[in-house]
Amino acid sequence: MGPGITIFEKSVRGKRSCSLPALDVPRVEAGDVLPEGALRKGELRLPEVSESEIVRHFVGLSVLNHHVDKDFYPLGSCTMKYNPKVNERVAALDGFSQVHPLTDAALAQGALGVIYELGRSLCEITGMDDITMAPAAGAHGELTGMLVVRAYHADRGQPRKKVLIPDSAHGTNPASVRIAGYHAVEVKSGPDGRLSPEALKPHLNAEVAAIMITNPNTLGLFESGICQISKMVHDVGGLVYMDGANMNALLGISRPGDFGIDVVHLNLHKTFSTPHGGGGPGSGPVAVKTALAPYLPLPLVEKHPGGYRWAAGRAKSIGRVHTFYGNFGVVVKAYCYLLMAGGEGLGKVAESAIINANYLMARLKTTYTLPYDGVCKHEFVLSGKDKVRAGVRTIDIAKRLMDYGFHPPTVYFPLIVEEALMIEPTETESRETLDRFAEAMEKIAAEIEHDPALVQGAPYTTPVGRVDEGLAARRLEVAE
Amino acid sequence: MLRAIGVAAFEDLLQDIPPELRLRGKLKLAPPLSELEARRHLEALAGRNASANQWLSFLGGGAYDHFVPSIVDEISSRAEFYTAYTPYQPEVSQGTLQTIYEYQSLIARLTGMEISNASLYDGGTAIAEAVLMANATNGRKEVVVSGCINPMRLAVLDTYLEASGITVRRTGWKGGATDPDEIAALVTGKTSCVVIENPNFFGVVEEGCAIAAAAREKGALFVVSVDPVSLGLLAPPSEYGADIVVGEGQALGSYVSFGGPCLGFISTRKEHIRRLPGRIVGKTVDKQGRPCFCLTLQTREQHIRREKATSNICSNQALVALRAAVHLCWLGKEGMRDLATQCLSKAVYAQKELARRGFDLHFNKPYFKEFAIKLPADSERVAASLAGERILAGVPLGRFYPEAGNSLLVSVTEKRTKAEIDRLADCLADAVRGEVV
Repeated sequence: MGPGITIFEKSVRGKRSCSLPALDVPRVEAGDVLPEGALRKGELRLPEVSESEIVRHFVGLSVLNHHVDKDFYPLGSCTMKYNPKVNERVAALDGFSQVHPLTDAALAQGALGVIYELGRSLCEITGMDDITMAPAAGAHGELTGMLVVRAYHADRGQPRKKVLIPDSAHGTNPASVRIAGYHAVEVKSGPDGRLSPEALKPHLNAEVAAIMITNPNTLGLFESGICQISKMVHDVGGLVYMDGANMNALLGISRPGDFGIDVVHLNLHKTFSTPHGGGGPGSGPVAVKTALAPYLPLPLVEKHPGGYRWAAGRAKSIGRVHTFYGNFGVVVKAYCYLLMAGGEGLGKVAESAIINANYLMARLKTTYTLPYDGVCKHEFVLSGKDKVRAGVRTIDIAKRLMDYGFHPPTVYFPLIVEEALMIEPTETESRETLDRFAEAMEKIAAEIEHDPALVQGAPYTTPVGRVDEGLAARRLEVAE
Repeated sequence: MLRAIGVAAFEDLLQDIPPELRLRGKLKLAPPLSELEARRHLEALAGRNASANQWLSFLGGGAYDHFVPSIVDEISSRAEFYTAYTPYQPEVSQGTLQTIYEYQSLIARLTGMEISNASLYDGGTAIAEAVLMANATNGRKEVVVSGCINPMRLAVLDTYLEASGITVRRTGWKGGATDPDEIAALVTGKTSCVVIENPNFFGVVEEGCAIAAAAREKGALFVVSVDPVSLGLLAPPSEYGADIVVGEGQALGSYVSFGGPCLGFISTRKEHIRRLPGRIVGKTVDKQGRPCFCLTLQTREQHIRREKATSNICSNQALVALRAAVHLCWLGKEGMRDLATQCLSKAVYAQKELARRGFDLHFNKPYFKEFAIKLPADSERVAASLAGERILAGVPLGRFYPEAGNSLLVSVTEKRTKAEIDRLADCLADAVRGEVV
């Protein structure tokens, strides 16, 4: 049975996998204790399959995936680095995975300790003062951070309306800003791909709650004017929020807290090696400067002479952003990563990530267009625009890369680059892997010259051929 | 590599970082540990937590100690799933895409709705997203919320709505169940939706039909947050008029894990698909006409719509959704009902044994797998006393409702044996005797 055959099509009446212990208390029929109207009348439409068939089904599906353990995953701004196996093991320890969130703090000192100590380490890494580990993903962190910004301004009796966002920003930025009740105002990047203080100037007034800036930005460039930008925003009473998605480039090299940032969110599933899981669970801690600490969401862990406890007070907090304390299992993994890296190891992470990106960029810039030349940080953006005259689009290049065994880079982002290919190799790739990837990119460039149809028809070797995404949107078959 | 790049030293690659912004000195972090040392350190920390495998746990209140079959860990620990990225490139992501499609189908079937998204963060944010979705659908600016919903989830809702301009009108909790008349009195023509939880925070089964009628009368949408395990026995919310069904899916194949990763689910009717937040996987074909899957309606999402997106959610809880899908397949049609019947039977047995020892129900209402009892002493103190016996007796309600300081929320899953329940009842009786004396 190939891809596309669902578990429901494999269901056969009367089969089952589930085994439960014999009931050792009197069996209660729902109808005896619950009102008739509350009961399920129809059959549950769940599949009936044996355990071995379930295993084969999902194992069969799993092998259709590209994944980091298989080969290179150069997705820009996604930091698809190697996920250390020890992290999985420690998060699965009974003493973490089997601990109930409402366990008394005195009986969960190890868990509170992990949350607190990882938080302190992240504050040191970012140069910030306080932190929440509750946000479950990067975008959740953005929303949390913007609500903190909002609470800060409200507390000063100066509610504001606008948040400035460079045009190179991740799409989550404007979406998060809107849910936090602000209007997102786009600011144009300069010709060098960076935000210039001059471009910012006309937007600055007392309505600006914050600027939301990604540094290094999504072109992989350090925002060299960040200090001046921060100062200008601060001068009109605004705050500076940093999207820390690209923090991998700054570890041990430069700290947001030292260049004027007031709030920063991190992505533990990017910078701190926890797996992406096919789309989560992630974790998006938010670190702030002291002035914003009173507004952080609850609950927060604090250290006292007898151990760790949930902090009391905090009347100005924005409240809860997660039912419990966020994706704790992910937090454990990131803590393990930090323990093993140490400060020195983190510095090497950034160094290797930057060298790898610059190496690939230097090699590929002669074959593809490099719209913003110069040194990059952890990633760089190429443009496939000179291939368009051969009839080949960036999407075709992306699909053709799959035939060479690679996951494509992030494509058509950032929006300010035409036919963008955004490449982030991360520090965990070897030079040999980078060379293999570069060779594939070069071969594809040659194919575009000689046989563009070959590239346009790709991929050929994947479990399914080019997928008709438009049809999916017209059919809208999203469940069966 | 530096030579290939054309620079002399690594420092040359940092030329765009102004020198004054460079970190002077080193990060003040502990020196690096080897894997063996890191494991020992974390094992020691794990040893300082009361694990439900070593302690006898009756804790619930939104996270439940259900049995997780081995195949769930086996499949979700396959690197093909957990080290994959979001399936934006469908040709090399069919594994993740089809499992999400099946997850969506399973959630739709379980809740009786037509469609589901790929997941949300947790049960609390799922309620918040549902309320924002209802507001986007009908543009009304008020929401009527049951006060019997898990208070931590209500707190999340309050946070999310802070900047929305939506007014929350909340019912009381003291009856232990949502009073349909109270709902009817709060619902007006401005009400966007009515939200309840069923079973609610106190484990009580709500009068869904009557509440739905109150919502419908004024044209409000009806949002129901459910414990998915209860749906083995309880009517799916679709049958009593729900427009949007949400819930916490941790009980489906995930451990309590100190409260996360959780799994928020959301399902609704197809007519609302364009307002549904988050990712959705749809069926399609490839160039050769073979059936396959891809993310669809991405034009609703933040990476395309930016400020106008239906939600800001991007990464969600995909791997936890996979766990839920595998678990639901393992349970199957019969197993799901058996599981719910075991939870109900054991909860009823526990409640009777506790009542026999003088611990009455706080609310005399029908319940599913957890219930609140009244103790003659402060429940926080009694719980601490039982901890001395390595029993986690329940959630002291005083933490959330100061007026209920003597009440304890006891949760009983299929994992608890008769002997363990008897032990709880006996130890609780002993502890209370000690407190009262």
